[in-house]
Amino acid sequence: MPKFLKGAVAIATAVALSCATMANAQGVLRVGMTAADIPLTTGQTDQGGEGMRFMGYTVYDSLIEWDLSSADKPSVLIPGLATEWSVGEDELTWTFTLREGVTFHDGSPLTAEVIVWNFDKLLDDTAEQYDPRQSAQGKSRIPAVASYEAVDDLTLTITTKVPDATLPYQLAWILMSSKANWEAMDKDWEQVAMAPSGTGPWKLESVVPRERAELVPNAEYWDETRIPKLDKMVLIPLPEPNARAAALLSGQVDWIEAPAPDTIPAMTGNGFVISSNAYPHNWTWHLSRLEGSPWNDIRVRKAANMAIDRESMMPLLGGLMVPAKGFLPPSSQWFGTPTFDPSYDLDAAKALMTEAGFGPDNRLTVKALISPSGSGQMLPLPMNEYIQQSLAEVWIDVEFMVVEWNQMINLWRAGAADEAVDGAQSINFTYFIQDPFTGLIRHLDEGLIAPNGTNWGHYKDPEMQALFEGIKTTFDPVEQTAVLQKTHEKYVNEALFLFVTHDVAPRALSPKVEGFVQAQNWYQNFSSISMAE
Amino acid sequence: MLSYLIRRILLVLPVAFGVSVICFLLVQIAPGDPLTAIMPIDATAEEQAAMRAAYGLDKPLPVQYAIWIGNLFQGDMGKSIASGRPVAAEVFGAVKNSLLLAVSAAVIAFPIGIFLGFLAGYFRDTWIDRAVTALSITGVSVPNYWLGIVLVIIFSVNLGWLPSMGAGPGGSQSWAWDWAHMRHLLLPAVTLAVVPIGIVSRTVRALAGDILSQDFVDALYAKGMSRADVLRHVARNAAATALSVMGLQLGYLLGGSILIETVFNWPGSGFLLSNAIFQRDLPLLQGTILILALFFVAMNLIVDVVQAAIDPRIQRT
Repeated sequence: MPKFLKGAVAIATAVALSCATMANAQGVLRVGMTAADIPLTTGQTDQGGEGMRFMGYTVYDSLIEWDLSSADKPSVLIPGLATEWSVGEDELTWTFTLREGVTFHDGSPLTAEVIVWNFDKLLDDTAEQYDPRQSAQGKSRIPAVASYEAVDDLTLTITTKVPDATLPYQLAWILMSSKANWEAMDKDWEQVAMAPSGTGPWKLESVVPRERAELVPNAEYWDETRIPKLDKMVLIPLPEPNARAAALLSGQVDWIEAPAPDTIPAMTGNGFVISSNAYPHNWTWHLSRLEGSPWNDIRVRKAANMAIDRESMMPLLGGLMVPAKGFLPPSSQWFGTPTFDPSYDLDAAKALMTEAGFGPDNRLTVKALISPSGSGQMLPLPMNEYIQQSLAEVWIDVEFMVVEWNQMINLWRAGAADEAVDGAQSINFTYFIQDPFTGLIRHLDEGLIAPNGTNWGHYKDPEMQALFEGIKTTFDPVEQTAVLQKTHEKYVNEALFLFVTHDVAPRALSPKVEGFVQAQNWYQNFSSISMAE
Repeated sequence: MLSYLIRRILLVLPVAFGVSVICFLLVQIAPGDPLTAIMPIDATAEEQAAMRAAYGLDKPLPVQYAIWIGNLFQGDMGKSIASGRPVAAEVFGAVKNSLLLAVSAAVIAFPIGIFLGFLAGYFRDTWIDRAVTALSITGVSVPNYWLGIVLVIIFSVNLGWLPSMGAGPGGSQSWAWDWAHMRHLLLPAVTLAVVPIGIVSRTVRALAGDILSQDFVDALYAKGMSRADVLRHVARNAAATALSVMGLQLGYLLGGSILIETVFNWPGSGFLLSNAIFQRDLPLLQGTILILALFFVAMNLIVDVVQAAIDPRIQRT
């Protein structure tokens, strides 16, 4: 080849390479999280939904995952590390086919034996790799699992204790760490925490506890559509809302989670974008169903629900809420078609209260547990005061018992009959309602009456129990959806809770952030994001 | 002096023991549960009990204390329940960052406080005195977390001159004495300096005013000493008391910056403490409080010793 031609080829190659680099080089996204620490990095994350969002579905995968590709429809389950699954005729044995060719960030292959190793990491306290910290996060997510076995490299079976059609939802919680990496790190999870290895679209490049974690793209990710466009994503714990807002406004981060409603005008006024969407979050009051509780009267429950003008609550939250029409958000695939509408109707509410024997001269007093702050609590004090004023209109006087959030969680676990709740007949709580268990079953299942579970109000109803059984034993997804809808209709028709609102997961973004699609889910896909010049 | 020193050091031991008991009991009094931070809300009662046993939280309090203090004597402060990391590494890393902030604030506050105090004391009952007094009272009265937020709005958000949070571009582990890192220190250090400026200037003003009204000052002037020389004598006389106030202030700066560290997301002991409180992370809480309390005790000891060294009139027997 002539010299000039060689030179031309070299230049052309260099230009092409540099263009390719430029095409991939789509910036650094710096995220201000609400968490006070970097979520647990070894696999099963801590810090609730935020931990899974930023350190779970980024670095790791589960057998079955949530579809995070659309903002327009509720998320559904999709194949993850398993491409297909089915339950046997015994309705106990599930067979999973694993995705071929998947490797961990350290290059080791994903096999059924590694999946079994991961289950042992959580469930078998005699296993060498058993990790109490990951177990604390993961074990309670998969109550149905009795045993598991690797049939061959790409086939896995899981046997459940009883027939349980919600197993796929349970498995969406369980993230797979690399066995080879754990062995390379002297079988020490503390070392793994600093250099973990998953199969996810992002690799953890560095971590400074409590300060920052840096994630870079996994160019070999098995789903090409989810290979990150960014060069890097930096996660910064910023638990204080004002510090988060200032960091965004001063250009130190490009994205903050949960901006305080009163800072939103300053952000939008400075060109920042508020992204939000309906998602499975609930802000509600649980009601005691113990003997003697005034909430045992359906007329009182319905009246209380109809006394709240939810639309008028919206300005308080800068419009960032979905007024409740039931226990699940109206956009949920499991909402169904309840006949009771809890919308504001003061006259109807007063009529119900009168029928129940209450009036201006015979007021009802109830006690409610509330917290001044907490995870997913939005603005609990003004919101609860608004409810207090609303209920007073229908002759229900609410006396608050205010406790700090950590203690509130304990009181929620303790249940309405525990002496620690001091006779409170209601508790304001907020949580994840993304799957059949967290969304419906756990709140009213007889077997989960507190302190065995989170049926705070000690609710018991054979009809509801049969519906829960139906959810667990209906393996056809379409039929299961119908049972879930029927269950939710009962929730609403019998006004089993004080339905108030749903959060919309607000996050404030720099105008430079492009390509983000906010899924109707607690987790998000960061792979589509790029930063404008 | 040596016997005094040994006695003071020996006295630290019962104080440290008392501090350890109080630290341990204080964090137990608060309602809440450390397991809340590490277990999903749906964890069954059985799973919670197993985890409680794994962390030794099911044992009676005296047993828990004995285990904790026993481990402490072996240099083991335990592991944080929330993060799983060793408490010693967490606390000492954070204390190092707080010390950086506290010393920076002291470097700003003490010279300014001394200068303003002398100025006010020397020009007592003049407009200068009143102006300094007004400044000092403002400094002591303004909530420093509020001032921090205001400074962030002005210098970070509106002017964009200084960062609003963090300990440098790569976090505190890569701290360096360059502008990229020091600009992160500036706003929290200035905010933290405001209260000690007020306290030190008020103390020095009172001392200077008092000493200047004493007979020996007139005698010094009568002997023909220059104003500067007289002031040097005044400064030496005021030094011992001023030093003890400044020593205590340094202790407060280290342990009392919880709000400032939260406002500026500064990864120090206050920030650590605040998170440990919300998470009921008992080992971390006990470890942090103990180290800060012992630092305070040590500061008192150092101040006492230095006081005696620079002022021969202070007799230690």
